[in-house]
Amino acid sequence: MKFAVLQFPGSNCDQDCVHVLRSVFGCPTELLWHKEYSVGDADAVFIPGGFSYGDYLRTGSIARFSPVMGAVKEFADNGGHVFGICNGFQILCEAGMLPGALIRNRSLQFRCEHVYLQTATHDSPFTGQIPEGKNLRIPIAHGEGNYFCDDETLQSLEANNQILFQYVDAEGDLTDHANPNGSLANIAGICNAKRNVAGMMPHPERAAEAALGSTDGRLIFESLIAALKPQSTLAPA
Amino acid sequence: MPTEPAITPELVAEHNLTPEEYEGILELLGRAPNYTELGIFSVMWSEHCSYKNTRALLKGFPTESPRVLVAAGEENAGILDIGDGLAISFKIESHNHPSAVEPFQGAATGVGGIIRDIFTMGARPVCAINSLRFGELSNANVRRLFRGVVSGIAHYGNCFGIPTVGGEVYFDKSYEGNPLVNAFALGVLRHDQIARGAAKGVGNPVFYVGPATGRDGLAGAAFASQDLTEESAEIQRGAVQVGDPFMEKLCMEACLELLATGAVAGIQDMGAAGLTCSTCETAARGGTGIEIDLAKVPQRSPGMTPYEILLSESQERMLIIIEQGREEEVKRIFDKWDLPWAEIGHVTDTGQMVVKNHGEIVVDLPAKKLADDAPIYHREATEPKYLAAVRAFTLEGIDDLDDPTAALGKLLKWPTIASKNWVYRQYDHMVRANTMVNPGSDAAVIRIKADSVPGGDDCNGSFPEKLLALAVDCNATHVYLDPFEGAKAAVAECARNLACSGATPIGSTDNLNFGNPHNPELFWQLKESVRGLAEGCAAFDAPVTGGNVSLYNQNPEGAIDPTPTMAMVGLIEDAAHVTTQWFKDEGAAIILLGEPLDAEDALHGLGGSAFLQVLHEQKTGTPPRCNLETERTLGTTLLGLIQSGLVKGAHDCAEGGLAVALAECCFSELEGRNTPRFIGAEIDLSELECDRLDALLFGETLGRIVITTSELDSVKAIERAKLMGVPARRIGTVGAVKGAALKIKSTTGEWSWEVAGLHDLWWNSIDNAMA
Repeated sequence: MKFAVLQFPGSNCDQDCVHVLRSVFGCPTELLWHKEYSVGDADAVFIPGGFSYGDYLRTGSIARFSPVMGAVKEFADNGGHVFGICNGFQILCEAGMLPGALIRNRSLQFRCEHVYLQTATHDSPFTGQIPEGKNLRIPIAHGEGNYFCDDETLQSLEANNQILFQYVDAEGDLTDHANPNGSLANIAGICNAKRNVAGMMPHPERAAEAALGSTDGRLIFESLIAALKPQSTLAPA
Repeated sequence: MPTEPAITPELVAEHNLTPEEYEGILELLGRAPNYTELGIFSVMWSEHCSYKNTRALLKGFPTESPRVLVAAGEENAGILDIGDGLAISFKIESHNHPSAVEPFQGAATGVGGIIRDIFTMGARPVCAINSLRFGELSNANVRRLFRGVVSGIAHYGNCFGIPTVGGEVYFDKSYEGNPLVNAFALGVLRHDQIARGAAKGVGNPVFYVGPATGRDGLAGAAFASQDLTEESAEIQRGAVQVGDPFMEKLCMEACLELLATGAVAGIQDMGAAGLTCSTCETAARGGTGIEIDLAKVPQRSPGMTPYEILLSESQERMLIIIEQGREEEVKRIFDKWDLPWAEIGHVTDTGQMVVKNHGEIVVDLPAKKLADDAPIYHREATEPKYLAAVRAFTLEGIDDLDDPTAALGKLLKWPTIASKNWVYRQYDHMVRANTMVNPGSDAAVIRIKADSVPGGDDCNGSFPEKLLALAVDCNATHVYLDPFEGAKAAVAECARNLACSGATPIGSTDNLNFGNPHNPELFWQLKESVRGLAEGCAAFDAPVTGGNVSLYNQNPEGAIDPTPTMAMVGLIEDAAHVTTQWFKDEGAAIILLGEPLDAEDALHGLGGSAFLQVLHEQKTGTPPRCNLETERTLGTTLLGLIQSGLVKGAHDCAEGGLAVALAECCFSELEGRNTPRFIGAEIDLSELECDRLDALLFGETLGRIVITTSELDSVKAIERAKLMGVPARRIGTVGAVKGAALKIKSTTGEWSWEVAGLHDLWWNSIDNAMA
């Protein structure tokens, strides 16, 4: 199983994703430069966090036009798995591969802290291995993570089970107080209707080793790895 | 083109050069400088670039140790060996004046500048910390500066992708209108990756890389070397640079990629004094000359004069000298990163810095003399008059406390002591996935892994991972009240914080923030502080690897408190030794290491204390004395205990004394957003001899650390400490009180605080002040 991690000039969590995929999970992983026109033989594509092209105009607004995003779109259209983290989520929304948009945090400030997430559906290649009822403790680090969409889109996200993660408090209660950025319905991550493209604002790659204080993020990587293994399509009971 | 102004005494004075300095220039050149050359002298001979007022003092710093690979002053930043062929480069630098004028860009470009100093050495920047000082938050303008500075640092660091893992923030009236912004960055490299800022190889081409030069930041170095005045904000806004962290990221990646090719003969960033400083310093270091043509320099605005191009401090630019014949590699790599580049000249053997404009010579100066022969001043130093009153202060007029309940809350709420979460939650402190101890403990801890090194590969999984701890400290109130003891104490506090995290100090970097050096009393503060820092760094075997001097920190009201900020880096041998400050397990024994009180201190640690400032509105009294020998033994003893696996947590006593330290141990662990972990403690101080309750609880006697061990290990830990000559006493038990309360008993009474209530005061204080 091979992973590709996109590298925009302003990506800054690209190495972190590569580190986790290679060193923690032992998966062959290559960086994919933003000027490339093909994702090669990758089985799944990660779009990492950072500031793609500086993001001065609006997060992801330039990245969506990059050569590599054309290739990623084609890859996803053919059923390939694409996972965007933080800036990656912003880029996927901007590119129209995920619905909605990520706007300025309601505090109007950048926020970096560990948050708690509930898994809204286990029916996705990104959440399948997360135990029922297990809340994840994973850090956020963003200034524009406030998920927004129109009512119709929100209804369809809910109807199709496309909401993957929601911000909750330490007790697992979904409250406004637990919402770190003002996201609609406390949304922290979603997938597309075909369930092969997903994005989330929190950083699971920063919560994949005990040395960094949490290993909850591993469950997301493990879910994707399991989903990509041929035999996993036969499960579950 | 407009004719250049004639050199008049007024013009010389406008360039901050004294008549004597101008005479020196005439003598050095054997002729009068032209206008552009005068501008060059003004920046190269500014305090910021030349250290003309402090160079003589700085010679007292210890700069050598077996770990030093590149010593202070040799290059843009020093380099220390951390073993297994790995090395670190780090430095702290101020951006005080720009931040006073335009806080967001001033602070942002401060971060940008220090990051460039680090990757110029060939190192990959992996973490940042900072030390900030502002006036009191009740002042709306102070809040504007504070908000601007913090968001500027966040903007630059977060976008660049460097974790800001720790720091300190103080609030004191003396910084009103003249905030201090001291930014520190640290990078990692292999020994064989060290890059030099020397123009080597006659005939080698000189490249300019990075964005085009504009009129921003004109002569910022000279501006930084003047007093701030009422008009500064209006007049000098043009001297503040504008930062682009995205561009810096590209520049760093491209430079590291280029360095790996071996095509680079020399590299230097264009920081203070921009193109001027980088060309003349590289030639001076290389023992060569350099010739450039300004017509080839990418320019953002039309019609820029040579004076403007040479003195511009446009950001994110680098000067690179390439081995002849390898020019294509520069072009390939910089085109890959879509970065502008231009070949602007070549290295010569004349020793001269020659600048042409469309072929016509506009500057012809001896590079080495310009860089190294700035005047050196031995300024007059006189002990300040205010110190007589400070020394005469006694506790006679200060009634002791009967009940400390309210006082502890007031201290925890005092912004200097209160939680800095409002600040650090705006910084990405986890990017690069190395941060093991986040902001909020005594020192930050990061790991160094394969991708921390330029071009790093994981050596087939056998990369020799390292652990580093970082601390930055300076209690400037103590320095104001006794510069020598206060400066020693700043070093000792850094070392104590490192020890509390499980680290051994290996090096330090200093940022001297002082007032106008022409004032003998202010210069005395500087001289005494430097003497204290030097003794301190020597005592902890933490050589100074570089640093920065920022003088003229004053506003119309007067000078800032003397602030010799000290940042120190330590190595942790094993991940199992990483220690945090908070209480962990119920039933653990609480032990106080160090003498609870200094018998020879008539003020019992209350001189200059937060307690006197907050509860009695007095900022005076001789501050606690710093015994470096005792501090050193305390540190090595604590490390020994940690390495034996006995210690569960360690926290030093600083501002607010023992009671504040204990309270912080009860509530400073943060599990997640809005989720602090509270744990109570029962403390019995009735066996400690002290006449005054306020001194016992809130005195700031140095050399004290609160540790916890398991009940079983407590006797062993106390015995071992005593064997090493460190006083150690059991003072309580963690979680012995139901419902998370902190209970303290002394000979005069017994008091209890609800931990949640104390936490609320401490955690939300700055947030509330900024709302």
